[in-house]
Amino acid sequence: MNKRIKQQIAFWVLRIMSSLVVLFLVLILGFIITKGIGVISWKFLTTMPENGMTEGGIYPAIVGTFCLVGGSMLFAFPIGVMSGIFIHEYAPNGFFKRFVQLMTNNLAGVPSIVFGLFGMSLFVNKLHFGDSILAGSLTLGLLVLPVVIRVTEEALKSVSDSFRLASYGLGANKLQTIWRVVLPIATPNIITGLILSIGRVSGETAPILFTVAAYYLPKLPTSIYDQVMALPYHLYVLSTSGTDIKASRDMAYGTALVLVMIVLLANLLANALRKYLGKKVKMN
Amino acid sequence: MYKIESKNVNLFYGDHHALKDISLQMKANTVTALIGPSGCGKSTYLRLLNRMNDLIDNVRIEGEVLIDNKDIYARGIKIDELRKKVGMVFQKPNPFPKTIYENVAYGLRVNGVSNKNYIEERVTRSLQNAALWEEVKDKLKKSAFELSGGQQQRLCIARALAIEPSILLMDEPASALDPLSTAKIEELIYELKDKYTIVIVTHNMQQAARVSDRTAFFYLGELIEFNDTKEIFTNPNNQRTQNYITGRFG
Repeated sequence: MNKRIKQQIAFWVLRIMSSLVVLFLVLILGFIITKGIGVISWKFLTTMPENGMTEGGIYPAIVGTFCLVGGSMLFAFPIGVMSGIFIHEYAPNGFFKRFVQLMTNNLAGVPSIVFGLFGMSLFVNKLHFGDSILAGSLTLGLLVLPVVIRVTEEALKSVSDSFRLASYGLGANKLQTIWRVVLPIATPNIITGLILSIGRVSGETAPILFTVAAYYLPKLPTSIYDQVMALPYHLYVLSTSGTDIKASRDMAYGTALVLVMIVLLANLLANALRKYLGKKVKMN
Repeated sequence: MYKIESKNVNLFYGDHHALKDISLQMKANTVTALIGPSGCGKSTYLRLLNRMNDLIDNVRIEGEVLIDNKDIYARGIKIDELRKKVGMVFQKPNPFPKTIYENVAYGLRVNGVSNKNYIEERVTRSLQNAALWEEVKDKLKKSAFELSGGQQQRLCIARALAIEPSILLMDEPASALDPLSTAKIEELIYELKDKYTIVIVTHNMQQAARVSDRTAFFYLGELIEFNDTKEIFTNPNNQRTQNYITGRFG
């Protein structure tokens, strides 16, 4: 076989494989949209579930998911970013640094249901937070902590050392160099990571199962010690253990669609923000 | 009295003996060129003078490096103070992703200057001294990345000048530039000599001959020959210097 034909074959195999990826994504999206779009309405998004969750809306689940996303980010973002900065910029190469990195990677590999159990035993029981937004947010925060740390490390790694040297050469110390030069350059990538982890958090079910999620709670939370409904758990309930699974089937697809849209929007926002910040950083 | 003086300096990267017993003296307001093949220690020697080598793990330094008769490796020396006095320009232009103005102002800001008028005056003066003012005076708020490579390097020089150093270290400052930009940098070096003591590392023999008063030839971590540039290039004492400058190795 001559090399031109080989190249053609390789090219087509690669093209078909990447088309498959797109195909599945489009199929899933198309499936959820066609099944779910029928129930989407302003009322669906803004009212309480009614009649054993077979009618009405999913408002409390949307609010609950936003609470959990916000709470977990409030917890994971500062700790994760600062850890990432410490590991990449400060920790001397050696045992401690490698140990922390190993642990972070292992933490990222722990199944989310285990985080759920841990969150229940520590936050819900031991610390007496009860089933609450606080306990759920902390558990979800722990889950994405390794992601935030890794993203921060990678973002810092991609900042060329020539900028650091230039800054030191002008008499800046380490903190000034990190704060004024390195972080502004790394911020677009860090933000992207943050938003991607929002996508992850909003879709997780297992960690909130034992720590916050309510089966049916048609009211909005008033404090961080309240339970809330959340979209992924609501979806699970509607499709497996609702009062009338057949009757709530459409509601389930609608819920799935809303969840997917939130994640999709988060990703689009991440892209737009990265582009915007990338431009802005050159101007400052 | 010398501006810069090193006495029997040895430098080790781990087990690697990178500088061997280097003693060199440089007078104020002169240009000293450091030449030699790659890996000979000339850049290491340059970075010794503003303690940039401190940033590398496992570096050990013996001997004395005096600037204005003070040992810069003595206890109690503040590195930021030292680097304020000893500016540095790198091989590849490395302006910050900030505006032209903020690039030049950076050194002042990190050293605690907050007087707006003073900063503005220093920025203007530094850009003038770096022969860049005419080209950028109407776009100080534009990104430094919009400048050409040669302009970026002159911006880096302006950035170094802004904090009023008395010594300027240049690590192959023109090696990434086209001939026209290189000529501009060389012209600039010639002008800056009035106010600054300049040490320049270069791979370009003609450049060393054109811009420097004194030349030091390094080879395998040793200082082989140090003399007036004219002597080095017309009448070298050492055979290895002769071989290097005539291009027989390197």
